[in-house]
Order: sequence, then structure tokens, then C-alpha cells
Amino acid sequence: MYDSGKIIAGLLVFVSIIAFPFVYNIGADIVKPEPKIDTPVIQQMAVKQCVEPKEFMRAEHMQLLNKWRDSAVRDGNRVYVGSRGDHYNISLQNTCMHCHSNKKEFCDSCHNYMAVKPYCWDCHIAPKENSL
Amino acid sequence: MKILFPFVAVMTLIIVVVAGVQFANLQFLFGVIIPYAALVTFTAGIIYRVIKWAGSPVPFCIPTTCGQQKSMPWIKQSKLENPSSSLWVIGRMALEVFFFRSLFRNIKTEMREGPKVVYGSDKWLWMSGLAFHWSFLIILLRHFRFFSVKVPYLIHVIESLDSFLQIGAPLFYMTDAVILAAVTYLFIRRIALPQIKYISLAADYFPLLLILGIACTGVMMRYFTKVDVVGVKQLAMGLMTFNPVIPNGIGVLLYIHLFLISVLFAYFPFSKLVHMAGVFLSPTRNMANNSRMVRHINPWNYPVHVHTYEEYENDFREKMKMVEIPVDKE
Repeated sequence: MYDSGKIIAGLLVFVSIIAFPFVYNIGADIVKPEPKIDTPVIQQMAVKQCVEPKEFMRAEHMQLLNKWRDSAVRDGNRVYVGSRGDHYNISLQNTCMHCHSNKKEFCDSCHNYMAVKPYCWDCHIAPKENSL
Repeated sequence: MKILFPFVAVMTLIIVVVAGVQFANLQFLFGVIIPYAALVTFTAGIIYRVIKWAGSPVPFCIPTTCGQQKSMPWIKQSKLENPSSSLWVIGRMALEVFFFRSLFRNIKTEMREGPKVVYGSDKWLWMSGLAFHWSFLIILLRHFRFFSVKVPYLIHVIESLDSFLQIGAPLFYMTDAVILAAVTYLFIRRIALPQIKYISLAADYFPLLLILGIACTGVMMRYFTKVDVVGVKQLAMGLMTFNPVIPNGIGVLLYIHLFLISVLFAYFPFSKLVHMAGVFLSPTRNMANNSRMVRHINPWNYPVHVHTYEEYENDFREKMKMVEIPVDKE
């Protein structure tokens, strides 16, 4: 092998880059997020359901919120007709957060796990949560 | 045929993984075993290739230069184009690796009426190559979000820069559009230009189609057909901590994405893609043009027995003197 010093140094850099994600996660505390829905408002509901079915909300809530933002802010339309035919007031703070008043245990649990920082709270006021 | 074969190959890979996950429940194979095997193949393969290259001697000092060589003090040297010291070689290599400087100098030759030959600058390949490689790198770095619990600050910076247009939700990443456009251009270029089509082989189309498949499945998962991202991260973190788990109901699209990436990684060291490592070992780029200052010794040199003039004269001194040939030593 020629220039073995440089070759070995280069290969060490290469292997370190490959190994980095593994080394970085040594001792990482991986807890599967469990978004909590046991807020007082939800507990009092007779039929516990969101504006759309759970599966839809889990996958598409960001798109729905985006649609709601456009509808309320740009078109001035604050009425949402869900797929079940129900009417809802389009409002993050008065509809979504009315039931899901536990942002830290609901929104943040998955968002923190996925390292996502939605910019909802750049404009909206995050609910003040009293430690229960 | 040269296009059909790689196309069928990629399609077969997709069918294999869909069938394996949907009908045979081979999630563990496609989600854990194959990704690990691919990473090991990639790492070992690159090391093997690099060590093999390092075993080849460089008999001559052969940097390809395109600027004024170091000469008289009053002649200005083009230090980046014709480096004579290691520092400038590093600079030249950095420009090559990060900005594809040699491709930037690519020119097109055309026969015009006259007839006369004209040369023009041709930056399209350089531009699309740069767009493709950089967006691929940024996308790869962005994926670290799935592979770490405490995501490094730098990754957040990259993400927010990439999504700063704030279009839609989840936020649209510019690199997603750039990589699709660039790979599509690179593919069309090979089909539409007759000269390029003539020299293109199956090994040229296959990585392009594979990367196109990876990018398309990624874009679909993010913006259109959703998968369970929390499950995806669980799977990724399981792999990272050697504690593999297969969460239920992730969605087959993720397995297609992961399998195509695994194939790309495993294919990497044995194909043209290994230029990732090879660019650092190109003697025409990584050598300093210092042949006037430093003697380049060919490592191939065999210890040849040399008969010097001194020895020759020692052998024939008396005879030379007899015929009055001048000699160095009396």
C-alpha cells in the first residue's frame, strides 16, 4: 500500500462518519410517545371523536390545519364541514385546543419525538397549562 | 435494452419488497436484516476498494493542470489550477469535491457552417450535477432526524433553511423538488442527446432510476400517501441501538424506500458510484505539480544494475589511453 498514512487517515474518517449515528445514540433514552387525550373536556364528551376519524387525524392533521388556516385567515370562512357531516368552528385555539388543552402531553409528545417544530405557536398563543 | 434492463431491475426490486411485506410478512427481513447487511457491504466494500487502489503505484507525476506552473519569481503562478504545494492541492481538491471545478470547465464542441469548429461553455451538466449532489447530501443529513433522539442543532438549521419558504404542512423542502428535477434532467440528458445515449450503459441508467425511485417514494411518504412516522422513527432508532423492533402498520411505501436505499448502498462500492471515494484517489487531481523541485520516484523501479561511466573507464582505461581517447582519471 502506498501513502498508507493518508489512506488510513481517510478510511478512519469514513468509518467514523458511518459509526457516528450508532455512537451518538449510545445510552439514548428511547420512549415511544403516547399522546394523552384524557383532558377534562374530552372526558365529559359522550362520543369521544375528533373532527375527523382518528386515523385521518394522525396522518393528515397538519394538512387539515393548513387548510383551516387558509380558510379562516384568507377566505374568512370559519365553518368546517367534516366527513361525517358535522359543522365545526375553524379555530385552533377555540376548537382544537378546547378539547386538547394538554399541548405538552398531546401535541408535543410526538412532535418532540420526531424533532418537528411546527410554527403554529409563532402566531397563536400556546395554552397555559397548570401542572395538574 | 440498456434502458429497459435497469428499469425492469428497479421495478422487480419494488415488486419483490411489496410482495415480501404484503403477502409473506417479511418485515424483519426488509426492515432490519437487509439494511444492516447493506450498510456492512457498503462500509467493507468501500474500504476494500480504497485499499486496492492504494496498492497501485503511481509511476509518474501526472497532475492534470490548467494554469501557469510555478516558475520564475516574476511569473505569476496559478496556484489553484497548478498547485506546487500540498496546501494548494487541498484547496484544489476541495473545489473539486464541493463544486466540481473540473466539470465547470466542461466545453461543447460543435461543427458550424463554414465548416468551422466552435467551442462553447457547457454548464448544464455541471449545474444539474451540483444541484443533484448537494440536495442529496442535504436530504441525507436531514434524515438524521429519524436516527437520533436528541437531534443536533445543525440538523435543525439545515431543515429550517431547506423549508424556509413555509409552503404547506408538512413544510415543503426545496431540496425535494431540486433532486427530482436534477435526476430527471440527468436521465433525460442520457436519452435525448444522441452522443450521450450512445455511450450510456445499463450501469449508468440503473443508479439514476434507483435514486429516482428513492426520491419519489420519499416525496410520496412526506406529502401524499402518509406512513406512520412515529413507527418509522421507532424502526430507525431500533436499528441505531441494535435493538431492532418492527412497529405494526408502518405502510409498505417505507419498506420500498428502505429497500431501494439498501440496494443503493450495497451496489455503491461495486459500481461507478464509488467515485465518492475515488475522487480523493485520482492522481491527476491529488498530486502537486512539483516535478521541477521534487524528484518523483517510481515505486515500480526495479533495482537495475547500472554501469556508470566511471566503471566503464575503469574497465577500459588502458585501452583508451592506447588509442589516445581522453580519460577523466589518469
